[in-house]
Amino acid sequence: MKSMEVVRLTDEAELKTFTRGLLERSPAQQTEVMVTEWDSALTRFANNGIHQNVAERNVSVRVRVVKDGKTGVASINQLNETAAADVLKRAVAIADLQPRSEVVPMPGPATAQPVEAWSDATAGATPEERADFVENVCAKAGRVGLKAFGAFSTSAGQFAIANSLGVYHHHRSTQATVNSVVMGEAGSGYADRGAIDVRELDKNELSDEVIDKAQRNQNAQPVDPGIYEVVLEEYAVAEMLEFMSFMGFGALAVQEERSFMRLGEKITGDQVSVWDDGLDRTGIPSSFDFEGVPKQRVELITNGVASGLVYDMQTATRAGRQSTGHGLPAPNTDGPFAVNLFMKPGSAVKSDLVSDIKRGIWVTRFWYIRIVHPKASIITGMTREGTFLIENGKITRPVKDLRFTQSILEALKGTLALTASTKLQVSEYLGASRVPAVRLKAFDFTS
Amino acid sequence: MEFIRQAKLFASTEGAFIEQELFESGAGIEATATSPDEVQNRSYPNSFGRHQGSGGYEYVTALELDQHGQRIGEEAVALLTAPQCPSGVRTLILDASQTALQIHESCGHPTELDRVFGMEAAYAGTSFMTPEKLNHLQYGSPKVTITADALTPTGLGTFGWDDEGVPAQRTFLIKNGLFVGYLTSRETASVLGQASNGTMRADGWNRIPLIRMTNVNLEPGDSSLEQMVAETRDGVYMETNRSWSIDDKRLNFQFGTQLAYEIIDGKRGRMLKNATYAGITPEFWNSCDAVAGRPEWRVWGLANCGKGQPPQVAHVAHGAAPARFQHVKVGILK
Repeated sequence: MKSMEVVRLTDEAELKTFTRGLLERSPAQQTEVMVTEWDSALTRFANNGIHQNVAERNVSVRVRVVKDGKTGVASINQLNETAAADVLKRAVAIADLQPRSEVVPMPGPATAQPVEAWSDATAGATPEERADFVENVCAKAGRVGLKAFGAFSTSAGQFAIANSLGVYHHHRSTQATVNSVVMGEAGSGYADRGAIDVRELDKNELSDEVIDKAQRNQNAQPVDPGIYEVVLEEYAVAEMLEFMSFMGFGALAVQEERSFMRLGEKITGDQVSVWDDGLDRTGIPSSFDFEGVPKQRVELITNGVASGLVYDMQTATRAGRQSTGHGLPAPNTDGPFAVNLFMKPGSAVKSDLVSDIKRGIWVTRFWYIRIVHPKASIITGMTREGTFLIENGKITRPVKDLRFTQSILEALKGTLALTASTKLQVSEYLGASRVPAVRLKAFDFTS
Repeated sequence: MEFIRQAKLFASTEGAFIEQELFESGAGIEATATSPDEVQNRSYPNSFGRHQGSGGYEYVTALELDQHGQRIGEEAVALLTAPQCPSGVRTLILDASQTALQIHESCGHPTELDRVFGMEAAYAGTSFMTPEKLNHLQYGSPKVTITADALTPTGLGTFGWDDEGVPAQRTFLIKNGLFVGYLTSRETASVLGQASNGTMRADGWNRIPLIRMTNVNLEPGDSSLEQMVAETRDGVYMETNRSWSIDDKRLNFQFGTQLAYEIIDGKRGRMLKNATYAGITPEFWNSCDAVAGRPEWRVWGLANCGKGQPPQVAHVAHGAAPARFQHVKVGILK
C-alpha cells in the first residue's frame, strides 16, 4: 500500500486574512509581515541503501516595524492570532530599544507579473516515489560493483508578503532535487538534477551519467599543477557564477567599493553574457522579492561588458533609483542578491569542446569554493568527482583532484566556446542558475 | 552580538530523561578599508562575525571590544598598501584563532566516523582517516595532541549529554602525533566494537542528530609566540582567517588570513597583505615543531559548521594556541 503524502499548506485566503489582521493591529508607522510556509521531504542514501527519510512542515512569520525612525524585526513559527500578537509585540519592543538610524524604506503597491512555479506532481510526491528513484541508481551501481550515495528531496511551499503601504503578494512553488555520488574502489562520479516538476527528473538519465563518470574516473593519477586550458561542465560553471553573485553583482558591494564590477567596462570575453531573470520559468522563478518588490530582469554582463547591478530598497534609495526586486529578508546586511542567474549559451556541442585542445583539463564540478580576493574576483577550490586529462582533442585519463586559485574574470576573458545546451542548477544556498558548459583558454591549478 | 538560550529535553525508553539549558554569547567588531584595487578587512577577536562561547554577557564584556577598534581600523588601512605576501616555502607561525580553524578542517571533520563510513559522501565528503589507519597513522609530530572534550569551559561544544543521551566526555583523537580515536555515535562506534564517545547533536527540534565536533582541542605545548618568532630565521606569521578551503577527503587545504608579518632573523618585519598558505594535512601537522603553552591557549567558538542533508549548522569550538610549522608553501596568491 502506498503511503499518503499530500502537501498541506494554509489556504491563501487565510494567509491574506492573517497578514491583514496583523497589519491592522500594529501601532508602528510602517509594518511589514512575511509568511513563509513549507512542506518538504528528503530521502538520503549511502552505500547503496536508504539511511534517512525525513519530512518537515513548518512556517515562519517575520514582522518588521518602523516606529519613530527605529526598526525592529521579530519572527515566530506559528500561524495563529496569539502568535501574531506575540511576534508584533516583540518587533515593536525591539524597535523601541533601538537608536534612530537609517530606515530601509518599504515599497508601495505595484503589480507583480504572476509566474507559475508549482507542480502538483512534486507537491504530492511520496516516499515510495523517491525510493523508486533511489533504488534505480543504487541497483545499477551495485550491479557493476559500485556504491551509490546521495539525497532526493521534494518540497512545496508558499510565500506571502504584505505591508502597511498596501503591498500584498503571494507566490507558491515546488522543487525537486536529487544528487548522487557513485564510488568505486579508486574513484567516484557525480550527477545532480533539479526541477519544479519532479517528473522532469529522469532516474535512468541520472544513473547512467553518474555511473559512467564513476567508471571512467577510477585510478586517477596525479598531473602537475599549472595553467591549463579547461572544459568546465555546467556544475562547475554554475558554482562560478554563484560566487560572482556573492562577490559582485549586488549594488551594495559596488557602493561599498568591494565589487569586481566596473560598469561600462569590458570585464570578460565577448561571448559572455549574464543576466538575472526571476520571471523565466526555465529557472526557478518568483515574481517578487523578500521586500515585496516585483522582480525585473537585469542585464549584468552583456557581451563581456559590465552592464548592470541588482538593487534592493536600501541600495536603490541610496542610488536614487528603483529597486530591481532583489531584496533579502530583513534584517539584511548582505545587500541585494541575484538568485535567478542565466548565462547565454553558445553553439558548441558539449562533446566537441575538447576537439581542439592539445593538452587540457576536463572539470566535472568544483568543491569548497571560497573567496580569496573579491575585488579581483579570485576564488580557490578543488575539483571533485571527475577530473580528466585532455590530450590531442580527446579525454585520455582521469587525474587526481586539483586545487585552483583563479580570477573568475580572467578565466572568462579566455572564453573560447559555450555549449548550445544549458542545464538548470539549483543552488545549495538560494536560487538557481541556468548555464552552458564552457571551454576556457587558461585556468590556474595551484596544487 | 549574538545571544542564544536553548532548552533541550531528551528522553528514551532506556530510561534517560535529561533536561539541559544551554547559553551562548558572542560579539565581534570588524573594519573594512578599500582602495581602487584592494579591499581589506580586520576583525577582532575572530572572523566569521564574532567570538562566541558558552556563557552570559560576562563573555562579551571580557572581550574589551572598545580597546581594539582603533587598532583594527588602522591595520585595515595599512594593509591596503602593504606588500603582497611573497611566494615560497617558509616557516609558518599561526595565531591561535587560525590554528583553531586548521584543527577544525583538517582534524575535526576527518575524524567524524559517520563521514568515514560514507554517510556524508554525497555532500560534505569522506575522510582520508580510514579505520585501518587507526593507531597506525602518524598524523602529526609528537608536539601534536588533539582531544575531543565536551567538558571544556566556555566551549560551544560543551554540554552535559549529547542528543543520544550519552554523557559528555573527553577523548583523544591524536596522541603525541598518533591517530588514536574518532568522534563517534552509538551506531557508528559499535561497528568498531566501541561505545559512543558522545558527539551526536542536532541543530534543532526538526533535525536528526549527526556526529558533530564537540570542543576539538590542540593541547597546549611548551613554547610561546614570542619564543617561536625569536627562533625563526625566515618565516611568516599569519593571523585571523580570511578564506578557507579543503578537499572532500580533508587532505588538500588552502587558507588565507587577514593579517601577516614577515619574520626575519627572529624579529617581526613588514606587514604583508593577502597572505595564503597551502598543504596536505599529515605533512602539515608532522611539520609542527612548536605549540604555545597554556597562557596563550584559548577556546575559539565556531558557530557556522555545516553538515548533512537537509543542511544543519553546528556550534563547535577549538582550544588552541599559536603554533609553528616548517617548510610550508605560502603566498599562493601572486
